[in-house]
Amino acid sequence: MTTAAGATRRRRSGRAGHAFVAGYLVLLVAFGIVPTVYAIYFAFTDAGGAFAGLSNFGVAAADFRFLPAIGHVALYLVFWLAGLVVFVVGLALLLHRPGMRGVGRTLRFLYYLPGALAGAASVMVWLFVLDPVVSPVGFLLRAAGFETFGQVIAPGNLPVLFAMIAFWTGAGGWIVVMHGALNTISPDILEAARIDGAGAWQTARRIQIPLLRKWIVYMVILAFAGGTQLFVEPQLLSQASVGVAGRDYSPNQLSYDFAFQNDNVNTAAAISVELLVVGLVVAAVFVVRSGFFDAD
Amino acid sequence: MPTDTAPVGTDTRPATVATSRSARRARRPIPNPLAGAVLVLFAVFFVLPVIWLMLAATKTDDQLVHDSPLSFGSWEALRANWDALTGYQGGAILLWLRNSAVYSFVALVITLCVAIPAGYALAVTEFRGRRTLLVATLVVMLMPNATLVVPLFLEVNAVHLIGSMWSVILPYSFYPFGVYLAYIYFSTALPRELLDAAKLDGCSEFAAFRHVALPLAAPVVALVGFFSFVANWTNYFLPYVLLPGSDQFPVQVGLGTLLDNVPQFNPTAGALAVQRPEVALATLVAITPVLLVFLFSQRFLVAGLLAGATKD
Repeated sequence: MTTAAGATRRRRSGRAGHAFVAGYLVLLVAFGIVPTVYAIYFAFTDAGGAFAGLSNFGVAAADFRFLPAIGHVALYLVFWLAGLVVFVVGLALLLHRPGMRGVGRTLRFLYYLPGALAGAASVMVWLFVLDPVVSPVGFLLRAAGFETFGQVIAPGNLPVLFAMIAFWTGAGGWIVVMHGALNTISPDILEAARIDGAGAWQTARRIQIPLLRKWIVYMVILAFAGGTQLFVEPQLLSQASVGVAGRDYSPNQLSYDFAFQNDNVNTAAAISVELLVVGLVVAAVFVVRSGFFDAD
Repeated sequence: MPTDTAPVGTDTRPATVATSRSARRARRPIPNPLAGAVLVLFAVFFVLPVIWLMLAATKTDDQLVHDSPLSFGSWEALRANWDALTGYQGGAILLWLRNSAVYSFVALVITLCVAIPAGYALAVTEFRGRRTLLVATLVVMLMPNATLVVPLFLEVNAVHLIGSMWSVILPYSFYPFGVYLAYIYFSTALPRELLDAAKLDGCSEFAAFRHVALPLAAPVVALVGFFSFVANWTNYFLPYVLLPGSDQFPVQVGLGTLLDNVPQFNPTAGALAVQRPEVALATLVAITPVLLVFLFSQRFLVAGLLAGATKD
């Protein structure tokens, strides 16, 4: 009896399950799977639709803008990720110190606030902040030897500036996450460490940071994946820079340029596929290494 | 506004609590002035540009350059900036805001209708392909969506939907992170006994979802809704590529258009010249909806982030 009832129930549940996921499945296929397949198809064919092997990838790689674009983003990622890890973990630990409750909550909120200015809005704000003429920190810029906007956004400064914009909008959310993770550490462990004579620095280094490791890996991987997609920051900056910054700063801009300026969708698709592979490898590393999805 | 608006450095706890804790406090490390300075410095870094932006909208361009950066201009200047901004291309900014609202809200509704049942099914029902769907969701969720923008353009172009608002709304509606959030929520916070009891009482799977699971899912519906709204409202790349006409732009892309017409940033700006305070005001207007949602949902947002999931 149990088996028959169980089988009926499973079948019923199976049908209902399919009905519940149907809408999502359609969207997943239409806007996840089909564009991916389509990109791969375009990347391996020529303008006439004939198989082209790796030639589109060759064209992309041989383009004089390709290696610099990769280099720009790589350098930006170094600053962005290093800054994120050092400052987010550092600030979360400082905010978690004993006696910080009320003040800590206010500060966490203030740090989180620029998150509302994601997208083009953050770039607009920083265009002003980085212009010595109107900047609220113009005196700092001038002290550092920058008199004009063009000097500030010289190509050599861009990786740091983009990292700063990304940090400004993104760090607050991660500080909140790290704070939550720190809250899950048992007070007994911290108390024991204190009795053993560990100072704040020792406790952080030997207990708190190791216990945050999983979250730090999570943050780095998502920030890396997001960082490879750099587009709106260099795009708007190039519009505002009076020619100082080009429109081919990041691989995504280059892909856009190939598709819409050069009318070469095949090479554009090849660049998209390369970015996709990087994204997937990062996702795979994350799924395998972090144990975040152990729930299933 | 946040309930906790104590100025930096003040202890908001009542004195009685403080004295009862004094014994424990004696063993605590004394507050480190260096740590305090670092925290305040970062608070300035995060907040100063926002304050500046609010003040900039109240000035004339001349005041922006010559007055102290953190001074208030005048209500008249704010009014004049507003008039100039709304006068730009016959109220383009209002049209862009309306577009943003339509795209974000329609996509939000579709996302909720699709993601919540899908997360529920992945969590509590058995069906063929469930595991595959779950793995696919995790992978797509971790893949930054900007990678697919150019391929999406090719796809949408192939089916001749370029220029339709659905070319933006439907990709927005696809939100695997929301499915993942709902999945986590239903698999951890929904007692199975409740569902089993409902089914023993003769509820169909749909009725169990509708009458038992859904009423309990308010927190995750709100959370998915918030993330989806903010992600859609702030998206730039996708509408920039997929929407051909200025009258279809969402406000994010509209800001880029305004930027093109600021003489200080683009000397070739023509007769439509836009002053910098107008751009500051436009940015402020563009972020207001997100800021409002943000402030109202702050408390549960933080709880949601702590539940273990966030995405850039």
